[in-house]
Amino acid sequence: MRDRSFAPGRILVYLVVTLFAAAYLAPLVVVVLNSLRTNEEIAQSSMIGWPQHLAWSNYALAWSGFCVAETCAGIRPYMLNSALITIPATVISTLLGAVAGYAVSLWRFRGDNWIYGIVTLGLFLPQQMRLLPWTIVLRDIGLINTLSGLVLIHTIQGLSFTVLFCRNYYVAIPHELIRAARIDGAGFFRIFWRIILPLSSPILIVTVIWQFTHIWNEFLYGVTFTTGQQQPVTAALIALSAAVADIPQHGVQSAAVIIAALPTLLIYLFGGRYFVRGLTAGAVK
Amino acid sequence: MTNAISTATRPGRPATSETVRRLPEFLMIWVPLLLSAAHLISFSIWTIWISFTPSTLVPVTGWVGLRNYNAVLASRNWQIAFDNLLLFGIAFVLLSLITGLLLAILLDQRIRGENVLRTIFLYPLAVSFVVTGTVWSWLLNPGIGIEKLVHDLGWTAFRFDWLVNRDMAIWTIVIAAIWQSSGFAMALFLAGLRSVDADLIKAAQIDGAGPFRTYRRVILPTLWPITITVVVVQLQFAISAFDLVRALTNGGPGIATQLPALVVYDLMFQRSQLGRGAAAAVLMLLILLAVLLPYAAWRYVQRRQATHA
Repeated sequence: MRDRSFAPGRILVYLVVTLFAAAYLAPLVVVVLNSLRTNEEIAQSSMIGWPQHLAWSNYALAWSGFCVAETCAGIRPYMLNSALITIPATVISTLLGAVAGYAVSLWRFRGDNWIYGIVTLGLFLPQQMRLLPWTIVLRDIGLINTLSGLVLIHTIQGLSFTVLFCRNYYVAIPHELIRAARIDGAGFFRIFWRIILPLSSPILIVTVIWQFTHIWNEFLYGVTFTTGQQQPVTAALIALSAAVADIPQHGVQSAAVIIAALPTLLIYLFGGRYFVRGLTAGAVK
Repeated sequence: MTNAISTATRPGRPATSETVRRLPEFLMIWVPLLLSAAHLISFSIWTIWISFTPSTLVPVTGWVGLRNYNAVLASRNWQIAFDNLLLFGIAFVLLSLITGLLLAILLDQRIRGENVLRTIFLYPLAVSFVVTGTVWSWLLNPGIGIEKLVHDLGWTAFRFDWLVNRDMAIWTIVIAAIWQSSGFAMALFLAGLRSVDADLIKAAQIDGAGPFRTYRRVILPTLWPITITVVVVQLQFAISAFDLVRALTNGGPGIATQLPALVVYDLMFQRSQLGRGAAAAVLMLLILLAVLLPYAAWRYVQRRQATHA
């Protein structure tokens, strides 16, 4: 099985993985190529083809030109919205999750197991069970159709993941370390700052990547709680498809899709190891 | 030492200044945890409560018993959504298991370029379902996608119109979902394959077992726990699938690719039937529990066996 001698078998292995790799890459390649073809060129043939000449103008139009719902500012404002939602929500939920995970795993207090258990139920509770209550709450506190409202939602819901990730990481830290620091008179935050945080970079990277990817890619809350100019980029892509349904502009749309997918793709390419670790940590729960 | 620990575990007892000093840590621990726990519990109860009220455009008080549930269960929309969920759930989970396992076994053959290949198989997971759905809606659209390409190449009798075909449209969602998340199954299976005891494999080879026999008899049986985890995670995704369908078919053609999450959204925000929408959401939760509770029980038994062994 794991030997290199059986040549025909190995050729077959390489052949099959190459075919699979081609199938996985094909959609990306098609979209990248289309983002460089003019709309007319695509309309005359099909979505799958080689650019006759590179139409970079698609990217300029996608970024700041095309119109969604009578506003012609391209995808830029929605990218900005997504960034203004994703970055604060990721930072706050990771920070709070680290402190809470540290408290639950290393300090222990009355009821800690209970509250931790309930918080992790958030991994399973479907979004649909929270849609109506969030709508009512956001309306009552005046955050419906605002970016702050989505930051609030993603921070609170993200806690389920960040607390879980950090708690599972911190339980492996020897308690003697904490006990010794306490004897020396160090308090809760001092120990966190001086001892725990310096040990935390792997789990903080995993958590930040996980949160960023999830919040950036989230669609249901974005489309439910915001409209028009307040929407994140995932909702704007759907609105764009609907807006140009009569006269498709596949070149520009492809460029918009690439731009919208780029932040999480880049994070994946540069932090792949941590991305996969988050994936498996999230699964094994 | 006793002093340090007692102040730590019994907060605020010695003096008010101690309470004030420790206030920031309580705020940072308790406020977020309580908010998170409270919203999970109260929002669930709230949605369940709405599902028993005659709410339409706005939530109202009142009690209608199971009327909303009966209305949802009797609607064609929900029946199609439920049938689709069964087909989609089973087909997607099975096929992505097979694809993931096959890819993991292939990557486990000490092949060159393993890292690059792994990156390729996993990158769809970094992309949003909206992007995946949009791109696949182009590829599978017979007018501009694969069918058009094959026609342009000269084979004009070629048909691949699942996207606009009522009977086959649900399979386009299966295809896109497998493309997006079979890498996840691959990653978990590969980790499992790599943790199989090397001595076990060696022993099998000494006994004269060939590669296929070794896999079937020795290696694959150790992957059972991982398989169950993958199935549960993928089913959880299938049950709440929304973005992908919204971007790929939007439930169409007609309502042929309706799924429970779309029914919920439709009832709540397009038809202003809040009570029925809430009932559909609770039904989704029940379907999810039908998967998760046996899984939790299984995990519990496994853990007990592990501690007793």
